[in-house]
Amino acid sequence: MGAIIEKLKAQNELKKKEIVPELRQRDIPGGLFLACEKCHGAIYQKVLDDNLRVCPNCQHHFRLNARERIAYTLDEGSFTERYATMTSLNPLEMPEYTEKLKKSIDLSQMNEAFVCGTGTIGQINIAFGVLDPFFMMGSMGSVVGEKITRLVELSIEEKLPLVIIAASGGARMQEGIYSLMQMAKTSAAIKRHSDAGLFYISILTDPTTGGVAASFASLGDILIAEPDALIGFAGPRVIKQTIQQDLPEGFQTSSFQLEHGQVDIVAKRSQLRPLLIRLLRLHGYGVNQ
Amino acid sequence: MSQTHEDAIWAKIKLARHPKRPTSQSIIPRVFDDFVELAGDRQFGDDKAFIVGIAMFEGTPVTVIAQEKGISTPERIKRNFGMPHPEGYRKALRAMRQAEKFHRPIIVFIDTPGAYPGIGAEQRGQAQAIAYNLFEMSGIKTPIIAFVISEGGSGGALAIGVADKVYMLENSIYSILSPEGFASILFKDSTLAKKAAGLMKLTADDLLSYQIIDGKIKEAPGGFHEDIELTIKQIKLTIKKDIKRLSSQSNTDILNNRYLKYRRIGAYTE
Repeated sequence: MGAIIEKLKAQNELKKKEIVPELRQRDIPGGLFLACEKCHGAIYQKVLDDNLRVCPNCQHHFRLNARERIAYTLDEGSFTERYATMTSLNPLEMPEYTEKLKKSIDLSQMNEAFVCGTGTIGQINIAFGVLDPFFMMGSMGSVVGEKITRLVELSIEEKLPLVIIAASGGARMQEGIYSLMQMAKTSAAIKRHSDAGLFYISILTDPTTGGVAASFASLGDILIAEPDALIGFAGPRVIKQTIQQDLPEGFQTSSFQLEHGQVDIVAKRSQLRPLLIRLLRLHGYGVNQ
Repeated sequence: MSQTHEDAIWAKIKLARHPKRPTSQSIIPRVFDDFVELAGDRQFGDDKAFIVGIAMFEGTPVTVIAQEKGISTPERIKRNFGMPHPEGYRKALRAMRQAEKFHRPIIVFIDTPGAYPGIGAEQRGQAQAIAYNLFEMSGIKTPIIAFVISEGGSGGALAIGVADKVYMLENSIYSILSPEGFASILFKDSTLAKKAAGLMKLTADDLLSYQIIDGKIKEAPGGFHEDIELTIKQIKLTIKKDIKRLSSQSNTDILNNRYLKYRRIGAYTE
């Protein structure tokens, strides 16, 4: 893990320039400390980074951007990004969408909310993709849907197991019906992957809701959730408005989903990499490599 | 967006939601003979927001999957205003699997503001139920023909809408979210639904121009309820033509074409 941490530190230098405003505002001046979003305790930035951005006091899992996810999950230097230049159009000519996209691109230094490609984990070759919750809430529009579909098709072609880490508020509203149809497109691709006898692990992190929860993210052979993630179809605000009642404690959290049989495993961030390697080996990958 | 454009779209939505607009229970007996309704998902319950069953269409047995909002107030409550729970999607999938087994074409009528956002629905896996239907429908080895009859709202509509042919009635809408929901997200104000509707591109003409649907079914000038038979006749002609065309194709061709139908949808540059 030491090498990964070094790499992340280098990236964090870069990240300071890119970090989105809502993240910056909770930083304490100087950038050495920050307050935990959950327990509000002060944490050394360095301690947080060394701890995979999990609060050392209350175990709160901070949301991660795509670069952090790649660094925490894959073998160092193994990731080759694919389809990186794709960007969204504005098919419905929705006002302000083009500007909003441009702003997200500038802030994140990414072209879209999904980053994918191939890499290794414990020397096992996989197709890997990750949604970035800081890029328009990780919402799925045409580009996210197309990149996921291409990644799935690539993993069918190259007979690779597939690992996707979801973090998304759902559909990209500004792309309307195009966004909705990405649910069918990605799910149909996963069906082909499954029919080819290939292994797909879907990891649900905070948040995984709406059209992403109701498509490819729920279709893994194995579903793993990070602790305390919001996971569900409808958002809690919408449910509360609809039923005009308060929601039960812990509603739509990872442990709620585990209890209701909707996910296989809740795994802490520090356990994720070894768990993925074990699961891949149990499916015959990397055994004779 | 001009006022007249917004007004025109809103007029369509009012027709789509008109209290006299025929629902699936009025359409089914007019389009099919010998409809036998089948209940339940065999796991939890029977979702009344769905009517599913077997029927005869001009000599061909078919499976019918329909969402139903209800007509009278008590019935609308019983049918949860057409907002299905996971067991509804699972009931629909069960019927689709039977259709595949017995080589029956599947005819779908979509009519929902969206899947129900409630505690029980979440506990029983609403997201999983919808995702799994999308996954399975892409591989069901029998022709699937779908009609959006009034409202096709979000994943709750698409979860029975992965079809070989998709049509919309002239005054129906099909969208990522209801105009009210869209307004509440984008403008933080659900009362701006009319403004949202003007921007959302949710009419049959819009979706036809994007080649997301295959055709528009004509309605009488005052809407479907003004001349039910006129629209029923169009629906029957469409089903007849599609069953004939799709039945002549191999299952492999049908599934490949269904895959490509959704595969090509997207607007991006690289």
